[in-house]
Amino acid sequence: MKSLSLFAAGLMFAAGLALSGMTQPAKVIGFLDFFGAWDPALIFVMVGAIAVNFVALRFILRQPKPVFAASFGIPTRRDLDPRLIGGSAIFGVGWGLAGFCPGPALTSLPTLATPILVFVGFMLAGMALFDLVEHARIRRTSTSHG
Amino acid sequence: MHTEPGFWIWPLIGGALIGGSAALMMALHGRIAGISGIVSGLITGDRALWRSLFVGGLIVGGLAMYLLQPTSFTLAADRSLGATALAGLLVGLGTRLGNGCTSGHGVCGIARLSPRSIVATITFMATGALTVVVVRSFFGGRI
Repeated sequence: MKSLSLFAAGLMFAAGLALSGMTQPAKVIGFLDFFGAWDPALIFVMVGAIAVNFVALRFILRQPKPVFAASFGIPTRRDLDPRLIGGSAIFGVGWGLAGFCPGPALTSLPTLATPILVFVGFMLAGMALFDLVEHARIRRTSTSHG
Repeated sequence: MHTEPGFWIWPLIGGALIGGSAALMMALHGRIAGISGIVSGLITGDRALWRSLFVGGLIVGGLAMYLLQPTSFTLAADRSLGATALAGLLVGLGTRLGNGCTSGHGVCGIARLSPRSIVATITFMATGALTVVVVRSFFGGRI
């Protein structure tokens, strides 16, 4: 039941992305084109997703714990640091350049279209590269101080 | 701005499904449905089963939708493979550095009214819009 519900949540997420238009990069680019022929359609994806999640969270977080886990994993940080803003800025450039963010790109993988394979490949490489640099940085810091 | 009557219905329904999936992940598993975070764990060490199951659902769901309605996966004709590769790299790096993407910050974070997620979402929407303007103004909309 636990495994099935995780798989079902993934299915539901993919259906939502495909039905909403998020898996069509031209629509995403049109939505981001605020200063041109702006296509407002995808604002309703955010409105729908945030509204449902916002209302549901009021009830969910009143429960003592999640159904299949020991506790709710809610991020507690509230500070605004350069990494958050710089990272988000870099992500936005990539999003506007291709019209893809991670969810829609992965959902489009079964199309086996070359641009999707290229995008996902380089996205995973970018994540791995970040991890590599981060680990090297942590090692360097810990040796120089320890 | 050009819209047709009822243009907002499918985006709203799709959005509600995405929000419902995120609510399920929190209610059942206490997890944030942040795609970049879930996927990056799979490639950088924490290969927990729950990540594979969710991503498996995402990909099988994509396959089902592709078979039912292939037009939902129409690609942009005006983006080269080089630009697509660069974009993928920037999305991978940026989402790790900024700790989230459209789902984790934009859907889950904003629904919790997290100040970090609100700032992150404003930032990536602003640089996304700026990139689209630059591509349109300096590259004639093709890159």
